[in-house]
Amino acid sequence: MLGKTAGGLYWMSRYLERSENTARMIEAGQRIALTRSSSDEEWISILQAAGTLAGYNAKYDTITGDTAIDWMLRDPANASSVMSVVEMARNNAKLVRTALTREVWEAINECWMVLKDCLARKVSERDLPQVLSKVRQRAAFVRGAMHGTMLRNDIYDFARIGTFIERADNTSRILDVKYYVLLPTALSVGSSIDNVQWESILSSVSAEGGYRLTYGQKVLPHQISQFLILDKRMPRSLSFCIHKIRDNLEYLTQDYGTRLPSADMADALCRSVSERSIHDIFEMGLHEFIAGFLLDLSALGQQTELDYRFNE
Amino acid sequence: MRQTQNQQGQSQSQCFDEMWGRNDGLREPYGKFNEWFAEEDPARLRAKQREAEEVFRLTGITFNVYGREEAAERLIPFDIVPRIISGREWTKLERGIEQRVRAINAFLHDIYHRQEIVRAGRLPAEMISKNAAFIPEMIGVTPPGGIYTHIVGIDLVRTGDDDFFVLEDNARTPSGVSYMLENRETMLRMFPELFSQNRVQPVSDYPRELHRSLSACAPNATTDTPVVAVMTPGIYNSAYYEHSFLADKMGVELVEGSDLRVVDGRIAMRTTQGYKAIDVIYRRIDDDYLDPLNFNPESALGVPGIMDVYRAGGITIANAPGTGIADDKAIYSYMPDIVEFYTGEKAILQNVPTWRCSDPSSLQYVLDNLADLVVKEVHGSGGYGMLIGPTASKKEIAEFRDKLKSRPGNYIAQPTLSLSTVPIFTKSGLAPRHVDLRPFVLVSPDGIKITPGGLTRVALKKGSLVVNSSQGGGTKDTWVLGD
Repeated sequence: MLGKTAGGLYWMSRYLERSENTARMIEAGQRIALTRSSSDEEWISILQAAGTLAGYNAKYDTITGDTAIDWMLRDPANASSVMSVVEMARNNAKLVRTALTREVWEAINECWMVLKDCLARKVSERDLPQVLSKVRQRAAFVRGAMHGTMLRNDIYDFARIGTFIERADNTSRILDVKYYVLLPTALSVGSSIDNVQWESILSSVSAEGGYRLTYGQKVLPHQISQFLILDKRMPRSLSFCIHKIRDNLEYLTQDYGTRLPSADMADALCRSVSERSIHDIFEMGLHEFIAGFLLDLSALGQQTELDYRFNE
Repeated sequence: MRQTQNQQGQSQSQCFDEMWGRNDGLREPYGKFNEWFAEEDPARLRAKQREAEEVFRLTGITFNVYGREEAAERLIPFDIVPRIISGREWTKLERGIEQRVRAINAFLHDIYHRQEIVRAGRLPAEMISKNAAFIPEMIGVTPPGGIYTHIVGIDLVRTGDDDFFVLEDNARTPSGVSYMLENRETMLRMFPELFSQNRVQPVSDYPRELHRSLSACAPNATTDTPVVAVMTPGIYNSAYYEHSFLADKMGVELVEGSDLRVVDGRIAMRTTQGYKAIDVIYRRIDDDYLDPLNFNPESALGVPGIMDVYRAGGITIANAPGTGIADDKAIYSYMPDIVEFYTGEKAILQNVPTWRCSDPSSLQYVLDNLADLVVKEVHGSGGYGMLIGPTASKKEIAEFRDKLKSRPGNYIAQPTLSLSTVPIFTKSGLAPRHVDLRPFVLVSPDGIKITPGGLTRVALKKGSLVVNSSQGGGTKDTWVLGD
């Protein structure tokens, strides 16, 4: 396989994953805006978690739900807006088209066509839920086509690595922005404001249902951390994602018959998560742990690009 | 039946319709189609037409139009009425095409070696030495297998029952073969019954034949499985869809210049496991961009040093650099002589009479008759920069006259041919529209292979002679019947 193709598959998957994650964050933000009186703070943390606060501030003077949503959904000046990333996912899919099944290509192409159409104009508040669910639905179609039609070979491995690096990155950013409400000291506060924050964290990673199933009705901050960082059953937890990345790098190692530095890095990162309890993590500092994880994750992404010659 | 007879009455009597002749009754190849069409419900056909367009849109069979932001990606309209050619007609075409392609390869070899045709006084020396498409770097180079034009897409037009003319030779990088294949797939899916009623020769072998033909041209033909790759300028190129389609169907890598470099005297592609040598490169980029060291130094699309590897016999480039001179519009006018010179036979396929405006007496004739002629730029393509006298306004003709006077050598002129028509399906039933035909030819040391079919381009506007997709033309499935 061409190095460029591996890179195209990796980025195609990252961008697709990002489109879905961004839609989910907007959904969480909108929900808080509708149910609570003050939501500007919430939009700031959402923009921050999406890594686009600086870009937003460069364009707008004030933060309102209306402009934040438009910025995150469809602003071409925002390289991480849903429309921008879907466009980039499709361009990468075009680049690697020979590596994709017809079903996968058509699902991506249709995703782009549908979203280009419904994001052509500003989305009204009335249409927002429908548009957001369309974004998630289209990403799900692509995932389904990949799952159902692609060979489990290096093509699939690179796509999966991209998906899980992006997902781990997304979950960590959300945790990083909100870490202070998850600290054990926050429990003593126990105000309704914290409940809002906890709810927002869980809903922005689609984890409310999973959390309830696991821990019941009572929401406790250290359990949220446990669930989103260490729970191997939760498909958006750091532990789940990093294990998937390691597995896929391991398949590549076996397939190509050479072990490269990225595989060792993924191993080390897996251990740093699975050998710790949530209490160890609080001990070392939640913020410090997440910040360290984000750095390691980004280094792992870069090493993978290098090991498999994505670029010249 | 009612509908088709109405249309027959309407068709323009002065030009030849491939379904109805010159109003002298249904032509034989269309017999079964006509029966089928008469029984069809127009509403169902309209739904099918929309369905076909939806399939194309979803598959992303698009082309990019340069310089038109709002239509960055467009579909080429597809018409559901097949263009049908009888086996007998095809056999004759095949002989003519094969002869022409053999002559073109012999011509290319000659002009890059001894230039016998110039010595014999059959072609003026300046036609070669002053031609921008002539590449001095190819002098004395013989490509692997002696093949220059591995893939050719000759443009043919028809004016009567037995009258086919070559319009252009397209010997560098003919495109459109993906439409030939996808149009057929679409028709098979939508109208399977038509294919059980008619014996249509298949075209679907093309990618396999292409792979075989390219492999047979590998520099070291003893290699069992030569590594073939398709080279594209990238995803923004107007024909990118076709490049990825062909790579996919052949099961080979689709590479860009940035994937390639010279490694140990070979051209190699960067894979996830290191550099891997390529034997045959089917490049879809122009000569000028191929090698920044040897040609255009500004090119970021090519591979520095590929020409040096090529000259040393380390890789096959298809088509060979420098083949463009054979489809140059000024050389075109000499093609009947060229065919005769290299094959010793009269050309089977006719040339359209051509005035070379570089010649003062021809220029005078052209200036005097602009309103009746088609004038083309010698190096132009895609229907850009041409004048169609009969449909041009007085102002356009006057403007073109000035351009022509200031650079006569840049133009050739041809009479306006009365192109044949084939019906298309419109809101009010069948209606005749002008067409051309581009069959696809593969050349290797094993022989010349012509796929029975090709790309039929159709002018969708009534009376229009411009079939180019960049100017609003459409395509049709092209059938060659088995006899």
